[in-house]
Amino acid sequence: MTDITADPGGAAAPLGPLGPQMTVAVAATAARVGQTRWRLLLRRPTFLIGAVILVFWVFCALFGHQIAPDNPLAQNLLSANTPPAGAHWFGTDPLGRDVLSRVLVGARNILIITPLATILGTILGTALGLVMGYFGGAVDLVAGRLVEAVLALPAVIIAFLFIVALGPSVLTLIIVIGFIFTPLIARTVRAAVLTERNLDYLSSARLLGENPVRIMFGEILPNVMPAILVEFTVRLGYAIFTVASLSFLGFGVQPPTPDWGADIAANYSGLLAGYWWQTLFAALAIASLVTAVNLITDSIEQVLSA
Amino acid sequence: MILTLWILSLIVFFAGQILPGDPGRAILGPFASKNSVQILDTQLGVNRPLLTRYLSWIGGLLHGNFGTSYSYRTSVEPFIHAALINSIKLALLAFVIVVPLGILGGVISALSAGRAQDRIISVAGLSLATVPELVTSIVLIVVFGVELKVLPVTASAGAGAGDLSQFRHLILPAIPLVLVLFGYIARMARAGTIEVLNSDYTRTAVLKGLPRRTMIRRHVLRNSLLPTITVIATQTGYLIGGLVVVETIFNYQGIGNLIYKAAEAKDFPMLEAGVLTIGVVYVLATLAADLLLIALNPRLRTGGSGD
Repeated sequence: MTDITADPGGAAAPLGPLGPQMTVAVAATAARVGQTRWRLLLRRPTFLIGAVILVFWVFCALFGHQIAPDNPLAQNLLSANTPPAGAHWFGTDPLGRDVLSRVLVGARNILIITPLATILGTILGTALGLVMGYFGGAVDLVAGRLVEAVLALPAVIIAFLFIVALGPSVLTLIIVIGFIFTPLIARTVRAAVLTERNLDYLSSARLLGENPVRIMFGEILPNVMPAILVEFTVRLGYAIFTVASLSFLGFGVQPPTPDWGADIAANYSGLLAGYWWQTLFAALAIASLVTAVNLITDSIEQVLSA
Repeated sequence: MILTLWILSLIVFFAGQILPGDPGRAILGPFASKNSVQILDTQLGVNRPLLTRYLSWIGGLLHGNFGTSYSYRTSVEPFIHAALINSIKLALLAFVIVVPLGILGGVISALSAGRAQDRIISVAGLSLATVPELVTSIVLIVVFGVELKVLPVTASAGAGAGDLSQFRHLILPAIPLVLVLFGYIARMARAGTIEVLNSDYTRTAVLKGLPRRTMIRRHVLRNSLLPTITVIATQTGYLIGGLVVVETIFNYQGIGNLIYKAAEAKDFPMLEAGVLTIGVVYVLATLAADLLLIALNPRLRTGGSGD
């Protein structure tokens, strides 16, 4: 998949053991570089488009129930399967529920699960990657084999192996996806750590007898942060992919709660009868969310490598 | 490689063991007597200690015995076999379409690096790679199956259908896979091509006045495609087993669908055998890619003509 190398000249200048004044000065420079990058990011149209779409869905996730024209759970069998028209912009589903309301409210679960799962995976993966890259040797070898074994299987397959065992729930999804992402993120962080490992500031930290935990989290971590940030946004896109697929397969949020994947699963057989609006809008919602995250990812990558 | 497979077998086996409830009860249903459940559990051997079960499962696998399905009460082997063949058919079709397309995209994007063409191919490729097949499948069905009515929307042509008809049925399910893989392959081909374009021997070729077309064909393509082989191999696991969603939507009896149904029915021997099969296919594909790289890269081999 995507291998991102750390940027060597990077934003976060090394916070070496050079005395407090020096550290403060370096930190100030780092902050200034951070500001410039932020401004560069805001000037990119792709970033802005992505951000607007993402903010829209976050808004729906938070206030979906308030802005939805109808109650997404209210059934009305008399107006079942009506095509998009004045009363129901996106039409109704086989139970007569308003599709637009279900799409708006359906943003909630995916936007709760995916960031939390990605954050969990990033924290665990970063820790594992730091340890693998810093210690190397036997630790790296054993962990490396484990990572390979997990990579041999498609994420969706591992996910439902564990979800079947643990039972589907929001928490299970977060934990399982977080754990699946751990080795993937660890691999990227490890690669980034390896490029840092032999640099002078680390040798001097080692010679000063700093303990490994402080070196890893205090010295290396700030320097591999750009790589981790990019990896986080890339994984966020994959998390959406995985969660949508799992809820389509019935391993996610359970009906009647509105959910894009689950709603597609419930209605895709209606496609052949011509009821395209029941699935197409949820599908496009997933697509727009994924695209938004990708536009943001791409912009961040461009700005960091500039 | 063996180590990877062994760890994989451990993961698969122990994931299966944390399942709450006992298989005998799951098979016989809630109304069966306690006694018959116990007898069945003994027959299935699920009440033996964990280590014994693992050893007998692994021992069986090494002898080509994949286990007995809880649902069908027969060997899982024929089911896995049939599903694997179906999956390979679909995967092959997707590969045949996506590999040339991805390479073409990657090379075009490398040759126009930094310009609009390059950005469009890169961003579109990356976006398509993360749009779930779920979404693309639905859109494809709506457009080609329902509105235009040009292609069948189920993947199986049914028994007795000719090869051509079966092929037509596989086109629509293959497209979502093509869209997912295009970005990866294009990205690798782009990176490989850019590396070669910046190399000394390319500069020499330009300086000695080789026409651009000849240079691209003779020097750039040949060398830039090596990394692409690796990415193709790493996507095999996905193509063989990750198609649960596509196979479900298009109602195709591939191995992803088999695993999904086994998971729903809590048919653990089937599930374990299926997942492990995907792992083996992946490991074999990676090995094949390594061998192919050695065969294609003169620096990695000894003897043979260099052309």
